[in-house]
Amino acid sequence: MNPDSVLALSLYVGSGSLLAGLIGAMTGLGGGVVIVPMLTLGFGIDIRYAIGASLVSVIATSSGAAAAYVREGFTNIRVGMFLEIATSLGAILGAHLTAVVNPAAIGVVFGFVLLHSAYTSLSAHGAARETGDTTGRLAGWLRMDGTYPGPDGPRSYHVSSIPSGFALMGVAGVLSGLLGIGSGAVKVLAMDRAMKLPFKVSTTTSNFMIGVTAAAGAGVFLGRGYIEPGLAMPVMLGVLAGSLIGARLLTKMPARKLRLLFAGVIAVLAVEMIYNSVTGRI
Amino acid sequence: MPMETPAGPARHQLEMRLGALLRLGVALAAAVVLSGGVLYLARHGMDHPAYHTFHSDPSSLRTLPGIMEGALHLREREVIQFGLVLLIATPIARVAFSIFAFCHERDWMYAAISAIVLALLLYGLTSAA
Repeated sequence: MNPDSVLALSLYVGSGSLLAGLIGAMTGLGGGVVIVPMLTLGFGIDIRYAIGASLVSVIATSSGAAAAYVREGFTNIRVGMFLEIATSLGAILGAHLTAVVNPAAIGVVFGFVLLHSAYTSLSAHGAARETGDTTGRLAGWLRMDGTYPGPDGPRSYHVSSIPSGFALMGVAGVLSGLLGIGSGAVKVLAMDRAMKLPFKVSTTTSNFMIGVTAAAGAGVFLGRGYIEPGLAMPVMLGVLAGSLIGARLLTKMPARKLRLLFAGVIAVLAVEMIYNSVTGRI
Repeated sequence: MPMETPAGPARHQLEMRLGALLRLGVALAAAVVLSGGVLYLARHGMDHPAYHTFHSDPSSLRTLPGIMEGALHLREREVIQFGLVLLIATPIARVAFSIFAFCHERDWMYAAISAIVLALLLYGLTSAA
């Protein structure tokens, strides 16, 4: 689509972002991953402006959601704060990388991250899995073990494999800064699979961390001129409005079917991102 | 052995207050962005959009002093950008308050960890100084 006035473009981009925020909140996948493909493939916008607008919208949506989860008592604030060292470092590195990496390469990496998102959104998770039965020495020293509200009172859990979790969080940060996304999927992977935290603790702590990670990258983007106000305005307002509405609709729609549909859309976008990047159209 | 929870009752209450701060920051940022957006569309709605190729923005949109100055003069793009700076500042403020919270609990290790995170976030912003 190629609207010829700023007003028309803002309306189209704003509506698309609203839809992305809505579906992102309802599926729990976040709207960030579809914003960049929408802007680059759909509107022919330079990928640097696209990732800039996307990253600020990630801050907006994650901040509201994080507050709600902290209230429920699942978030492990110590684990989150410690791992934010890794994600912030990674995000700053990733954001600086955008200046030296070819935009087409960014598009290809984006495509593969989309494919991974589509895959994880389809695979079953949250099933009863034993959490680690021992605490790593580092986790003990950092006093990271915690409890979360269970059906019959608080349940305790241990934290293991901090070094590998920390390294994976660094990767999540780099992807966040390079692609302008929250990279919640990789953050959950680090805590759920590597550090053996309960799934609900992993997802809520990931949400807690996303805003800080995104702020680290966004600071660099601002200085590099990737945050174009005319474009970031409809994206940020649209995604924010969509996610607020989506959070209210959450209970009324079959999330499972929606996730399937969303995963399909993401997979198609992934292939298009990779194809367009390789053929030099991004 | 009693489990040490990551969030004791006092801590929990503080976290909820910080959560309210986060939402307030986002609401404020959105209001400023919306005001700037209305101004922008009123004045430049019929312009031709130029986001297809990357051209580095003028420094008034890339540096904190430039953005502040333009926003004070109600220049529409700088007003939007100022709202986005408020948005970026929101999680940064949250980390800053966490340092105080951990100090208050005499949890020096996590106060130091929070301080490292804050330093990294501020370092990220130095390119826009």
